[in-house]
Amino acid sequence: MKVKVLCRNPDDYVRETTRDIQRVPRNYDPTLHPFEVPREYTRALNATKLERVFAKPFVASLDGHRDGISCITKHAKSLSTIISGACDGEVKVWNLPRQECLRTVQAHEGFVRGICSRFCGTSFFTVGDDKTIKQWNWEAPGYGVREEPINTILGKAVFTGIDHHQREGTFVTCGQTVDIWDEQRSSPIRSFSWGVDSFSCVRYNPVETELLASCASDRSVVLYDTRESAPLRKVIMQLRSNTLCWNPMEAYYFTCANEDYNLYTYDIRHLDVPVTVHMDHVSAVLDVDYSPTGREFVSASFDKTIRIFPKDKGHSREVYHTKRMQHVICVRWSADNKYVLSGSDEMNIRLWKANASEKLGLLSAREKAATHYNKKLIEKFQHHPQVRRIARHRHLPGDILKQKRELREMREAQRRKEQNVRKHSKPGSVPLLTEKEKHVVAVVE
Amino acid sequence: MAPDEEELSINEQAISASEDEGSDDERKHKKLLEAIGSMGGRKRKKQNERSEASVQVSEYFVNAEGTGDKVNLSDLLGTVEKTSGASNKTKKQLRNLQSSKETLELPLNKQQTEKIQRGIAYEKTTAEVSCWKNIILQNQKAEQMVFPLNQESSGPKRVEQVVAGWKVQTPLEQEIFRLLHGSRQPVNDPVLTPVEEQSLKAMSLEEAKIRRAELQKARALQSYYEAKAKREKKIKSKKYHKVQNKAKRKDFLKQFDEMVKTNPEGALEELKKMELSRMEERMSLKHQNSGKWAKSKAIMAKYDDSARKAMQEQLQMNKDLTQKMVVPSDDEHESIEEGLETVPDFVNDPETVIDPVNPWMRGQLTHEEPEVSCVTAEEVQTAEEENEEEEIIGEFERKRKLRQADEEDLIPTEEEQPASEVVEEDVVEVSDKEEEDEDEEEDVSEFNTLFRLMRSEKTREGSNQTRGGLNTAGEEDEEGLLSEGQIRVRSIEDLEVLDEVVEPRAIEEPSAPQTAAAEATSEPPHKKKREINLKEVLTKEAKAVRLPFLPTVVDEEERDEQISIIKEAFAGDDVISDFIKDKSRQEAAGRPAVVDLTLPGWGEWGGVGLKPPRWKRKRFRIKTAPPPPRQDQKLPDVIISEKRTASVASHQVSQLPFPFQNTAQFESSIRTPIGSTWNTQTVVKNMTKPKVVTKLGAIIEPMVKEDFIKSKTTAAGGKGAAIMLGENRRAKEGTKRSAEKHRGRRSQKRKK
Repeated sequence: MKVKVLCRNPDDYVRETTRDIQRVPRNYDPTLHPFEVPREYTRALNATKLERVFAKPFVASLDGHRDGISCITKHAKSLSTIISGACDGEVKVWNLPRQECLRTVQAHEGFVRGICSRFCGTSFFTVGDDKTIKQWNWEAPGYGVREEPINTILGKAVFTGIDHHQREGTFVTCGQTVDIWDEQRSSPIRSFSWGVDSFSCVRYNPVETELLASCASDRSVVLYDTRESAPLRKVIMQLRSNTLCWNPMEAYYFTCANEDYNLYTYDIRHLDVPVTVHMDHVSAVLDVDYSPTGREFVSASFDKTIRIFPKDKGHSREVYHTKRMQHVICVRWSADNKYVLSGSDEMNIRLWKANASEKLGLLSAREKAATHYNKKLIEKFQHHPQVRRIARHRHLPGDILKQKRELREMREAQRRKEQNVRKHSKPGSVPLLTEKEKHVVAVVE
Repeated sequence: MAPDEEELSINEQAISASEDEGSDDERKHKKLLEAIGSMGGRKRKKQNERSEASVQVSEYFVNAEGTGDKVNLSDLLGTVEKTSGASNKTKKQLRNLQSSKETLELPLNKQQTEKIQRGIAYEKTTAEVSCWKNIILQNQKAEQMVFPLNQESSGPKRVEQVVAGWKVQTPLEQEIFRLLHGSRQPVNDPVLTPVEEQSLKAMSLEEAKIRRAELQKARALQSYYEAKAKREKKIKSKKYHKVQNKAKRKDFLKQFDEMVKTNPEGALEELKKMELSRMEERMSLKHQNSGKWAKSKAIMAKYDDSARKAMQEQLQMNKDLTQKMVVPSDDEHESIEEGLETVPDFVNDPETVIDPVNPWMRGQLTHEEPEVSCVTAEEVQTAEEENEEEEIIGEFERKRKLRQADEEDLIPTEEEQPASEVVEEDVVEVSDKEEEDEDEEEDVSEFNTLFRLMRSEKTREGSNQTRGGLNTAGEEDEEGLLSEGQIRVRSIEDLEVLDEVVEPRAIEEPSAPQTAAAEATSEPPHKKKREINLKEVLTKEAKAVRLPFLPTVVDEEERDEQISIIKEAFAGDDVISDFIKDKSRQEAAGRPAVVDLTLPGWGEWGGVGLKPPRWKRKRFRIKTAPPPPRQDQKLPDVIISEKRTASVASHQVSQLPFPFQNTAQFESSIRTPIGSTWNTQTVVKNMTKPKVVTKLGAIIEPMVKEDFIKSKTTAAGGKGAAIMLGENRRAKEGTKRSAEKHRGRRSQKRKK
């Protein structure tokens, strides 16, 4: 008689080595795993809640300046180093991971208006109210040696901003004119002016490295090409732009921070209408900086908040504020896309996480998978009211909320008035303007 | 002439450049004039000249008459006409100039010129910038972007890449290199060393000739063979290929037989190959008649003889391929293996959970093919039993054919001449359809009877069979497929269950459930047409509750006990009728009520016992439009509540969100799960991959134009620059980019 025995192939359940993970047989038959939508919905809801729970963006505060911070810049080659300039002419070099000041230089008399780092990370330039441009070595001088700049250039007028070329030894300053300098020369190799204005900010395009854009006090944004003899074009807006920033991944887009509480993203090929109007701030926007991935940008405002906007969305995805942070004057996004730095009036530099609920440091594979899954779940169920409600909730200080409400009322009143005017005037005489069209006054060729 | 003129102009420029040098200049000018004069070939008359136009000096040979007058163009031209040296072209131009009276336009003012300049510059820049458009769009659409861009791959590199970037530095390395190259060993492609090549060259003439002839022959043969193969490949006839294949197979078998005798090792290998192909066949569904083609054929099989044949051939092929090679000694192993092979399939089937004890679970309200539920009792069927179905289909196909033949005997008319009677065609078609319907029904009933027959046969066999299951060869051949199904019934319980399934069918009410089943199977095509009578269906199904299918292994007594307990507990609890009542109540509630707005006594006499007149009732009784049909209208066993519940509403999406165009789209996007509970690991990984990936602690540099846009200038630029771009750029990027080099390159470009 035959004896029949159940027998299994050990290959199916025995690991080859002890380092292998245990094989877990799974049956993906959908009948065995019912209710997939409700279960995923619950998971998504939990993920959203956890995201909000873990949203603790504030990392550190660097204190040491004795006046308001007027400008910050990143080291070109080192993630851990930044420099900041204050309103009393002091420049400080910071080490971020240790959160300490490495070096202090009394660079200028009066404000330090602008700082920029050389592309190779060996030196940096500062401009100040004392009409000088100074080049400093990144390396601190030895003990007992006086801090002295490598070069000093005396200008004729006050410089308000500076930016360095991405790959060459030239830099650009702005003041009464936009000047392009060679590092080796003491006079500008070219200067652009178009009407009489003073400029507040000038920036090189990081991709198309010969392009420049500047904000002028006559409410305009002017474009230049260093290879051409004349400026390219100018767009005049209703209020003045304070600063602007080029998108580092998309050559023809830049965003400017305006006095009218909004930011405007322009395509330089079509300057007559901004591509996107970013509105959420309740006071003048003072500074803007793109993330190195070019997907988002951060803006600093006089309303004591920092906001992070996706580059193609009209409203911010994040708002950062603390009780003690005053008017934020300058803001930068770190080169590894993880942090945001802000310098404000009350002499502190603050370090924030760019993604508020992100876990810092190395993640294990399972952690990574879980975060990806959670993110995807939130994205999938983002339209569900509960998920949306939780994901969108942010805390704001009372006065900003109040201002926000006021602003809304004002806008509503303006809209109503415009409607009334339109009703009582000849049809077609009061054109219906979109939000984008409203803010551009003219494009000057 | 022309080159002379050019030279002259150059000289003039040179002179004009150094205008302020005074007397030196004059001398030079004189020299120049002399030089020009000498170049002309012919000797010109030397003229007296004045270097300076002034009235005082001109006492003797120059008239000072017309000093105040203007010199006109015509005065000058008169001499030109006469001089033979001037070309016709210039003369013509001068004449034209003379005749035209226009004055030159004023140059534009500064503002306007600047504006134009700006416009041109802007156009140029925008054109240059728009070359990024494609890249930007591509990046925006990309599912995933990894930053920093242009990362060097961390994995191992190809040897060539490493070697290309490496340079000999130390003297030792140099020496080694010299040695390596000195020995003339093949470095890259170790085919033939130079020495070997030389030796090859040094073959004798005869040898070479023979060699050449051989090669020629081989080439010719190959070309013949190729031509033949091509020709054969072009033949479209399937039959031809079939025959060919068969012949090949036969050939192969013959060879194999020979091989067994002569070369046992080779034979063994062949055997292994065959075994492998058998394994592959068993793994795949290639000849299982489950593909698209097979399905289409299965539909056609009813009507088409050839389709049926093709299907059977496929099955035969499968059988042939899966048949184990008969090696006489391994009989037992084989049987064991067969057993093993059958088990896992059975286990993997997700069994429908049926509680045999709970009568409420057994009563199925839906008309969801009770036949299937009957079969579940012996759900121990594997994929191979599809063959069984094939057999059945074949059988009842045969029967149908017979019957059709009979019918054709009876009605031998319409189908034979359809073209002649156009008018009757419609009628014929209708009748055909009816016939078909009837056919179907008949088919189903036939199928059922067949099925019953089969089952009874099976049970008979089961009872006849001994425990060992030793069948005679003849039996196996007859219905090997059926017996295969039986082999699996091994345990006592299985057998018992089988018996139980069959016994009551034999004893009581043999027809009713079967007809119900038949109806169920024939239902789907008529489903839309017929109104479902709720009660009828339900009562029929209620009968089915008593149908015995008790597949599990619970002890008889225990089960009886349980049943009795449950029956006791639910005594007098008629769930089904309750359900029906409930549903009708809900339906009634959903119907709109008639609103009566009649005011008795309004506009007429009022009082006790007076009824409002008919016209009034007609006018003031308002009937609202009927609501849309209930979702559960055609589902007898479901109540779908159409009320909006507040607790759920807060979790529901009220509007169609933006990117979606209709609700179906949105719902489908929600319906597909992304978690690892429902998807395999790779799928989950793919679905949840983040849009932006950054490397921890890496600086993300802005895009570099040279990486993305291969412009013409860089391609056509200096050779050194191009090489640097192509080869070593990445390596240099990491370290440093010297400004000087770039400036140098730029200046090069500018010069071009």
